[in-house]
Amino acid sequence: MKARFIAGEVWSGLRRNLSMALSVVLVTMVSMFLLGLGLLAQRQADTMKGYWYDRIQVSIYLCTDDSNTPNCQGLAATEAQKQSIESQLRAMPEVKQVFHESEAQAFERFKEQFRNSPITGNVQLGDIPQSFRVQLDDPSKFGVVTSQFERAPGVASVQDQERVLKRFFQIINWITGFSVVLAALMVICATLLMATTIRQAAFIRRREIGIMRLVGASNWTIRMPFIIEMLVVATLGVALAVGMLWVGLRLIFNAGFNQVVLNKALIGANDVWALTPWLFGGVILIAALTSLVTLRRYLRV
Amino acid sequence: MIRFDNVSKVYPRSTRPALSDVNVNVERGEFLFIVGPSGSGKSTMLRLALREERATTGKVLVAGQDLSTLSTRKVPRFRREIGAVFQDFRLLPGKTVDQNVAFALQVIGKPASAIRQLVPETLEMVGLEGKGKRLPHQLSGGEQQRVAIARAVVNKPQILLCDEPTGNLDPKISLDIVHLLDRINRAGTTVVMATHDADTVNDLRHRVVQLDEGRVVRDEEHATYMPRVEAGGAGTSPASGGSSNADDPHAVEDIEGIEQIGDLDPERFGGEDR
Repeated sequence: MKARFIAGEVWSGLRRNLSMALSVVLVTMVSMFLLGLGLLAQRQADTMKGYWYDRIQVSIYLCTDDSNTPNCQGLAATEAQKQSIESQLRAMPEVKQVFHESEAQAFERFKEQFRNSPITGNVQLGDIPQSFRVQLDDPSKFGVVTSQFERAPGVASVQDQERVLKRFFQIINWITGFSVVLAALMVICATLLMATTIRQAAFIRRREIGIMRLVGASNWTIRMPFIIEMLVVATLGVALAVGMLWVGLRLIFNAGFNQVVLNKALIGANDVWALTPWLFGGVILIAALTSLVTLRRYLRV
Repeated sequence: MIRFDNVSKVYPRSTRPALSDVNVNVERGEFLFIVGPSGSGKSTMLRLALREERATTGKVLVAGQDLSTLSTRKVPRFRREIGAVFQDFRLLPGKTVDQNVAFALQVIGKPASAIRQLVPETLEMVGLEGKGKRLPHQLSGGEQQRVAIARAVVNKPQILLCDEPTGNLDPKISLDIVHLLDRINRAGTTVVMATHDADTVNDLRHRVVQLDEGRVVRDEEHATYMPRVEAGGAGTSPASGGSSNADDPHAVEDIEGIEQIGDLDPERFGGEDR
């Protein structure tokens, strides 16, 4: 009886306060969508880091005859210098793999990479220097390699791909930070709106509440419809947010990118599902706490 | 059943006490009128008995509970022992008569089967059989108050508190309502009714506690009431009261009694209470 009665109260409460209920749904949805977006961007960054860092390399370019770096002093690297660099690299504990790319290999790779570009016609064998491609155990330790070989005899320059990626990850971090800050603001909005909605709902139902108190309804009977109402509305908001994240990921991200570039480097629906319980849990917690605090203040016996 | 022991009540932001040193004891099954002009503390006494307010000093005991020590958590269960009726009926306008009465039972978790039995039974008792499907605005004031009374007694409370239940009603309807309350009282419910309507008091001749500026100035069995403040209007009250009591040889004695007791020191009534 009581459960049915409370369900009826919830339903009539939602109907009587529909516009407020809708606004809570929407604000919750937007806040959780933004939070989800931020968290997904972070997961994307993590996934990409894992993917790229496996492949990241430090390139040590050796001097050629016409290198203009001061370290080369205008001379090509000798065989002895080359071997000394290689043995030093292999002796380093941070280094996982070293392979040598000769001028011929470099020239072939260049031609392959830019086969549709007119630039290839101007480049000759020997223009692209031979290099050591070094893979590190921990790609963030590239500084060790740079500092050791930058001034070594026969080395023209040390280039690190991480520098390029760093910029990319920084952008992702900005997106994350931005959306999390916005989400935090929206969560504050949602909380305040929930409190206002409950106050309004309590005001609309002040006669009922007065009578309930008078005839000795328990505090829980009086409060339960409000709390359940808030939970229903907030849950609906999160559900919509999760739906939007999933659809967004599928349509824009996966369909647009996935086939073109690297499958494994991108997040998918699994990552949305992984976030879902946290979003739901967080919102339910916020809704329940907000209801309880508001009702404590406005519905004293 | 209800006992006020040296009860005083001072509302916040008010210097004058709403009640000062009130001593009243109501036995089980009694019918008590609380009379007095507006602002004399009648409603405050009822609010204290319902534990909507707490006494500033003194003790209020209702249905075996000391309300000064009753925890907030236990208030709902305590109120299930008490019915309350007000001047403004306090019905839910969107619910039918049946639903209004059933509401009081639903919110305390009564099973549906009990509700289906109790609601029509109670409506019949208050004289509203066949009107269960009406909405409050389709009823007269007297009928609305009957619905409110039905709601107050449907859970069979030990005590019925009525705060000016006839304040919005015609004299004729008012008498019908107090007769209904009297009937409920005779079935065993303790009834306390605050009013400044002399006709209803004089018609029933029950115990009367008269308040003035928060003090008990009279406490008398089988009493009548002649409002002192509404001097102009009071001329009509005893007249109509007198006409209804024309064949009652005690009527004159009662009126004399008022004059005598009005001179007494209120503190003596504290003593008489016990």
